[in-house]
Amino acid sequence: MAERHLIQGNEACAQGAIAAGCRFFGGYPISPSSEIAEYMARELPKRGGVFIQMEDEMASLGSVLGASLAGMKAMTATSGPGFTLMQEHLGYASLAEIPCVVADVMRLGPSTGLPTSPSQGDVMQAQWGSHGDRSAVALAPGTVKEVYDLTIGAFDVAERLRTPVTLLFDETTGHTREGVSLVEPDPGSLWRRPMPHPAPGHLLEAFVPNEEGVAQVPDFGRGYRFHVTGLMHDERGYPTSDGSVAAALLERLERKLVPVEDWFPPEEHCLDDAGVAIIAYGIMGRVVKQVVDRLRAEGTRAGMFRPRVLWPFPARTLKRAINRARLVVVVEMNAGQWAIPVEQAMEGRVQTVRVNSLGGEPIGVDELCEQVAKAAFAEAGVA
Amino acid sequence: MSREKELLRKEMMPHMLCPGCGHGIVMGAMLRVLSRRFETLDDVVLVAGIGCSSRIVGYIDACTLHTTHGRALTFATGIKLARPDLTVIVVTGDGDGLSIGGNHFLHAARRNVGLTCVLFNNETYGMTGGQLAPTTVLNAYTSTSPDGNTEPAFDAANLAIAAGATFVARGQAFRTDALEDLFDQALDNDGFSFLDVMTDCTEYFVRKNSLGHGSDALFSQGSVDEEIQCDLAAGPTLRAADGWPTRDILPTGVLHRASRPSLSARLELAGQAAR
Ligand code: SF4
Repeated sequence: MAERHLIQGNEACAQGAIAAGCRFFGGYPISPSSEIAEYMARELPKRGGVFIQMEDEMASLGSVLGASLAGMKAMTATSGPGFTLMQEHLGYASLAEIPCVVADVMRLGPSTGLPTSPSQGDVMQAQWGSHGDRSAVALAPGTVKEVYDLTIGAFDVAERLRTPVTLLFDETTGHTREGVSLVEPDPGSLWRRPMPHPAPGHLLEAFVPNEEGVAQVPDFGRGYRFHVTGLMHDERGYPTSDGSVAAALLERLERKLVPVEDWFPPEEHCLDDAGVAIIAYGIMGRVVKQVVDRLRAEGTRAGMFRPRVLWPFPARTLKRAINRARLVVVVEMNAGQWAIPVEQAMEGRVQTVRVNSLGGEPIGVDELCEQVAKAAFAEAGVA
Repeated sequence: MSREKELLRKEMMPHMLCPGCGHGIVMGAMLRVLSRRFETLDDVVLVAGIGCSSRIVGYIDACTLHTTHGRALTFATGIKLARPDLTVIVVTGDGDGLSIGGNHFLHAARRNVGLTCVLFNNETYGMTGGQLAPTTVLNAYTSTSPDGNTEPAFDAANLAIAAGATFVARGQAFRTDALEDLFDQALDNDGFSFLDVMTDCTEYFVRKNSLGHGSDALFSQGSVDEEIQCDLAAGPTLRAADGWPTRDILPTGVLHRASRPSLSARLELAGQAAR
């Protein structure tokens, strides 16, 4: 059994990154994520890694992408306003297939909003913040220990699929201190980006996909000469204006992310016989678990579905898990950003209800019990 | 086949530069220097932003990275810090490097990141159709200054010096021999080298301001003692009596050298202390 440590979510993120082999951090200070940068500034130089504070968030992610192309596992951390500035380079990293991890410790927005209050307001931004039809990966840890584990998981996905991965957690998870025992992964179990097989030199196959649909781009300075661009490109990596090549590229980039939902199963609590399925992620999962227990004690067959993968939307997993539900309640600290794809996935066959908090405070157990009971009563009345 | 031609990616030809554009001349000068300095470009990374000049990195058989508008220096910083042993060269334009990327330019110079930044300065946005740039001379006509530019231009070299670059020079597409020498010296420096290269957008800037054909435009860079003729005090018209645009006197050659450790060197020392 590993030793127990009292650490906050932001430290767990930094520790997870280092355990995953991250050796480059380019960042810009912003509440409530700054502790991640501070930890990396202290620890990376000791391990031969590089910490640099850049001039803004666009530059932070730019430096991360450069370091990644040069062969380092690299990350940055930010919050809503900075995450907005990073959207340009998130789109670039998706199209040019550059592995990287971005931790977004969410605070209440829009704009400067409430910088030290928790929120889940960046869920849609994580998927749709960049222009164009970008397929994104976003993971949502709910506890300090899970921040550590999913940070390692985020690097595995980033490397294996050569894609940016966003970690979405909120201010409360970032700053809460919990006693945790963290298990360092065996370095041999960590994923490393696919490497090309052809002989070094002038390379015309840098973006030929492997069997998982992932480009096999070498690292710079390893004997291969090739081109990387944010323009639509062919399998050589050369720009093209051929619409069919562009469409095929976008389809491949979407397809390669499909398995991600299977790699991080959701937390399911009393879902087997649940007629009322409550969906919540991140910090709200902790509240909902208690709500489920209380509702069960009061005779309502409630259950919880807590996804760890928010994007790509885990439709298969969700439908399988809540197939007995007659009522679905989506609980979020935003105006219903994840409820939208949930409702779409239910195709109108199941009644869905949204419970939202917009004021920068998690919804409490009492209030939530009341709201869910009311919705259940209304649903029963209709049925 | 000459050595520098071997450094071109044949599959990328034909290139997309307009007839007469000065960018090709500058690229040729860079290729000749690279071919003299390197057997292969395996360990040379060329990083570019967005614009006509930025497209040329794709034509060179090196590790090439065509990034986002204005942000090439941020990618290049990450590459250099991750792999200090690589030669990193940034190709940028005046709009790319000094307008949307102005902040990154200042900070890369301040940090003394060990790379060479070559700014293809044609005083306009070529790729988007000849709009006003932060380097456009006063009174010049562009598609977004139809009545003449009312804003003073940046002096890119002075900016670089003020921000902390350790090698700063200015060359011209008009004088490739001198340009090759300056690029060579820029690559010798360990820290942030900045090369402001005056070139011409024949398609837009030159035409809108009636500067003649490609060669005439080139010659306008070299009117007197390899300096641009200018007489700002004489009046607010773009063109002097002889028909050339009035520009500030822009000295060419090596303008500044300083001896300071590069960012990689400082980080290496700090890392040793931390360990
Ligand atoms: S638009 Fe201007 S800068 Fe661009 S290639 Fe043509 S002449 Fe050169």
